[in-house]
Amino acid sequence: MKELEYPFNSEEIIRRKKQFRKQLLKNPGLTPLKIAVLGGATTNDIVKIMELFLLNYGICPEFYESEYNRYYEDAMFPNPELEAFKPDIIFICTFNRNITSYPEIGDTSDVIAGKLENEYTRFENMWKMIASKYKCTIIQNNFEYPFFRLMGNRDASDPHGRVNFITKLNMRFNEYADSTENFYIHDINYISASYGIEKWSDPFYWHMYKYALSVPAIPDFSFNVSNIIKSVMGKNKKVLMLDMDNTLWGGVIGDDGADNIETGQETPIGQTYSEFQSYVKSIGQLGVLLTLNSKNDEETALEGLRRDDSVLKPDDFVLKKINWMPKSENLIDSAKDLSLLPDSFVFVDDNPAEREIVRANVPGAAVPEIGDRPEHYINIIDRSGFFEVTNLSKDDMKRNEMYKVNAKRMESLKAFTDYGEYLKSLEMKAEIQDFIPAYMSRISQLTNKSNQFNLTTKRYTQSEIEAVADNDSYITIYGKLADKFGDNGVVSVVVGHIIGDECHIDLWIMSCRVLKRDMEFAMMDILVEKCLSKNIKSITGYYYPTAKNAMVKEFYALQGFEKVFEDEEGNTRWKFELDKDYIKKNKYIHIENSGK
Amino acid sequence: MTREEVFERLTDVFRTVFDDETIELSDSTTSEDIDDWDSFEHINLIVAVEEEFSINIPMGEVTTMKNVGEMADIILAESSK
Repeated sequence: MKELEYPFNSEEIIRRKKQFRKQLLKNPGLTPLKIAVLGGATTNDIVKIMELFLLNYGICPEFYESEYNRYYEDAMFPNPELEAFKPDIIFICTFNRNITSYPEIGDTSDVIAGKLENEYTRFENMWKMIASKYKCTIIQNNFEYPFFRLMGNRDASDPHGRVNFITKLNMRFNEYADSTENFYIHDINYISASYGIEKWSDPFYWHMYKYALSVPAIPDFSFNVSNIIKSVMGKNKKVLMLDMDNTLWGGVIGDDGADNIETGQETPIGQTYSEFQSYVKSIGQLGVLLTLNSKNDEETALEGLRRDDSVLKPDDFVLKKINWMPKSENLIDSAKDLSLLPDSFVFVDDNPAEREIVRANVPGAAVPEIGDRPEHYINIIDRSGFFEVTNLSKDDMKRNEMYKVNAKRMESLKAFTDYGEYLKSLEMKAEIQDFIPAYMSRISQLTNKSNQFNLTTKRYTQSEIEAVADNDSYITIYGKLADKFGDNGVVSVVVGHIIGDECHIDLWIMSCRVLKRDMEFAMMDILVEKCLSKNIKSITGYYYPTAKNAMVKEFYALQGFEKVFEDEEGNTRWKFELDKDYIKKNKYIHIENSGK
Repeated sequence: MTREEVFERLTDVFRTVFDDETIELSDSTTSEDIDDWDSFEHINLIVAVEEEFSINIPMGEVTTMKNVGEMADIILAESSK
């Protein structure tokens, strides 16, 4: 919904939220999610507006809201209601109004250190209690700066100052977050500064309604925390697709020539585009794929990126669609080439007409209103939170590399007439075994990101993955694939649970970047091996259709399963009888298990 | 701005906030008359009214306002400042 995309009109959201909600609830295929909001102030509208942003991300939240300022009691003491609710996420929504004891001017440094420790420990105890009891993701607000400074500027440098105290407390929160999985800081310190602390902290709303922030600031707050949630849920965008003329540089390269476009350090406009190019390059380092979509002659356009002073180089893009096709078609083709869905794209173009064509023809793709001022491009893309990072794995940082390597594989395929010979030439090696601690985060990430090669679309948080790995009545297998071109990392996961002498497959997923490499057969072989070692007689597979997973509709038939059930919605159940003479299906991948 | 104009714009604000096109306002309309008008929605309503008329209603007035008639009086007084 355009009204909920950054930059949004907060006033309009507050005024029309009922209407928006009604409209958003009509969207099909929403993912349910249980969120407990434990607040240190009134949270009513925070929750209502979070609901809008989450619905807009395809998530249908169910909320538990603590009574006013009962966050600590709710977390620390037996709480049957919250236990029964079984939250997927607990959001501790506290503010600097919840700090119990600030330094006084007469305090010694020991007293101040003690106050800091007390304040911090109260929170840390709460996080640890929640982690052990609810085993769910935790999101914690850090603290916004105070709305007054007793000592003026010295408040920041003097340990007696509140600004100083809050800064230290926030640093302690950061250290915990940096060393703890499934724990995320909601940075209200930044977002309140960006909004303007004076307006954000208007005490009117505290004294009138016990809101610790002004009501008009709530959409900014709720949007910011919703971005963390959708990122945890694997709903980040994956590709940044860029136009070239007047998006990456000033001017039209076909008319002006590579020497005359504006980029580099010579002019203010050139500097602006250079700064934007640097920002785009950094986004690529996060693991977001960079692609081009431009109406130009390809060779002419690439000259712009080959200039010495161009920050972005042709090699930074995994895919280039530089032609005279409609941009919406280029986007859809790019999605096919990368084995991704069109809705994982963010399309950036300075031309409103091109934006409209893509918006109209590619539902789900993000097309930010970046306006016509290049100096604002960064702000709009950045604050939109398309690529909100919650976990930064080594895989993420290497992703652009991996896709470039994939392009090389495709190139080498052309030299073969026999596909089997091609697979043999890749010299593939796989590690396929029980989940190990090093990969828990990647495995959980994969369960949340895989949409196409996903039989049941069951999502797991990292704690849930750890729990099934630890449970003897589950079979858990991950597969990691490498070949002579490079390492693809963990690309496939199977989770099955054992009932008597049957194994039921709860989850079977694979990353689309290793399609048609026989990896699914290698996974099947190991699954069978594990089942046989546990004296299991049959394997039951399930397929639940979604808008995105049609490619695996007949997956179990391919693996030799027999269809035993089908309902009107197309849900199917498949059975595979095990026997000792199972013939291995994988012919091309060498299995090398390192052990734990 | 006349009192009639205030009522016209107020009606529009009420209809959007409560997502109910049938709402008709009079001087004596109170929260009793509108289903969803609870203390939380009251906050949103005040924010929307303040935005609509570009005013800031003081704390004392927000707490003592008894019906829509009084709200209109406050709006007239505040916007003439």
